Amino acid sequence: MEERRYCNPDKVYVSVKALFYPDGGFKPTSLIWDDGCEYAIDKVTDIRRAASLKAGGTGIRYTCRIGNKTVYLFLEEDRWFMERGRG
Amino acid sequence: MLDLSYESAIIIEQMFLENAVDVMKERVILHSDLNNFYASVECLHRPEIRDKPVAVCGDPLLRHGIVLAKNYPAKATGIQTGEAIWQAQQKCPGLVVLPPNFGLYLRFARLAREIYASYTDQVEPFGLDEAWLDVTGSCHMCGDGREIANRIRARIKEELGVTASVGVSYNKIFAKLGSDMKKPDATTVITSESFRSMVWPLPAGDLLYVGRATKRKLAARGIVSIGDIAVTDPAWLRSLLGKWGEVLWSFANGLDDSPVIRMGEESQIKSVGNSITTPRDLETDEDVEMTFYVLSESVAERMREHGFKCRTAQIYIRDKNLCSISAQDKFLRPTQLSSDLAEKAMSLFRAHYVWENPIRSLGVKGTDLVAADSCEQLSLFEDEERRRKQEKIEAAVDGLRHRFGHFSIQRALLLQDQKLGAINPKEDHVIHPVAFFKEGGLP
Repeated sequence: MEERRYCNPDKVYVSVKALFYPDGGFKPTSLIWDDGCEYAIDKVTDIRRAASLKAGGTGIRYTCRIGNKTVYLFLEEDRWFMERGRG
Repeated sequence: MLDLSYESAIIIEQMFLENAVDVMKERVILHSDLNNFYASVECLHRPEIRDKPVAVCGDPLLRHGIVLAKNYPAKATGIQTGEAIWQAQQKCPGLVVLPPNFGLYLRFARLAREIYASYTDQVEPFGLDEAWLDVTGSCHMCGDGREIANRIRARIKEELGVTASVGVSYNKIFAKLGSDMKKPDATTVITSESFRSMVWPLPAGDLLYVGRATKRKLAARGIVSIGDIAVTDPAWLRSLLGKWGEVLWSFANGLDDSPVIRMGEESQIKSVGNSITTPRDLETDEDVEMTFYVLSESVAERMREHGFKCRTAQIYIRDKNLCSISAQDKFLRPTQLSSDLAEKAMSLFRAHYVWENPIRSLGVKGTDLVAADSCEQLSLFEDEERRRKQEKIEAAVDGLRHRFGHFSIQRALLLQDQKLGAINPKEDHVIHPVAFFKEGGLP
């Protein structure tokens, strides 16, 4: 059964570039914010399932270092999202 | 020949004794209940309504306009699950009414089960939002029942953004009662020492399978609490309530020993059925026939999906005054053809229903199932070739619907009424009610 998606101004769906390893694993390497700017992900420091109360949803949460900032990048089933105002 | 040293023999004996103690010790059963499940999932996804009273309700246009779930602010205004939307709005004028998003709830139920599965493989779902877990075998690694329950609650909150209440006990019935005692986000432990003081004062109606009718019968005889049931003579309860009387007595005394079903050991399917409250009342035989065809197509498609044929058809009729009847009849040979089901349903309907009131709900069920590829007696008097062709046609229709959607192909009969023809019971009703005792009756 298909699920309906919700529109929430604090939930920003983003494009993500990722490196896929031969063993099937992958790592996000950069993301494209909703204004079209691309940001390189310097390091992924943590990966776990977590809910986002701010954006509304749950997914696999990648804690990423971008420059001197730490941001959360969520993989929700087949889409990536971020919380607005955290980055 | 096996030659054991004295030390080895001692070690083996100790292992044997430990295993024996394990077998004798009480089970540790958890019952996890996701609080206000539908409403909580909606509030997680819509931060703007989190602090407002929210109710998830069925579609009033399809006459499913009742409250399915509500959050705590809505509950505080006295709104009850199951009441009509207009009643809820009268109690709470600012109520935020949302349509259900079953696809999303199914995903969250699956994610919760994944969390449970990291503690035990004995996880038995009870509806979408509840599950029993037997963690007896995990206690030596993960801590006692309370500790595992607390860990599960913390993970559900952190990972899913909703809360759960967990009951811990030595049987499924008390574990379920425990999860109802403290809400939201709490653990309640009921032990074999404490159940008399914790469970017995509760109203009889809190016990699983004490419905409104049973509660009334018991109350008329002065039995109002679970403790009253527990101290009543089971033979007398049996004379009052039949075999359920003894079952309730054993529940109240903590004697339920039904196992938590292991994942993957799905209960054997005994019947395939669909029922529907129609978008408008049915007033003629033609309306009923149309609805039976819609339902039969869904039932037949699901039987084909699971590789079954049925030997008996059962119908269920409820009129607009909510009086219901059901009837059943055998087929001459097992079938999975929607036309066979619909024709049998219609003949049962004509034989059993007298048109006094319009009809509100109809149901069709195929029971007495056999494997679709099992041998069957061919008929001398039926056109076997025609029957085989019919089976091929229905399989082709399944394929078309799978590829292009349910409404890509329809019977011409269903074009007569847009509302009735637009029902898609197979996809609209994937969430089936569950019973503690799976079909097949008492343990």
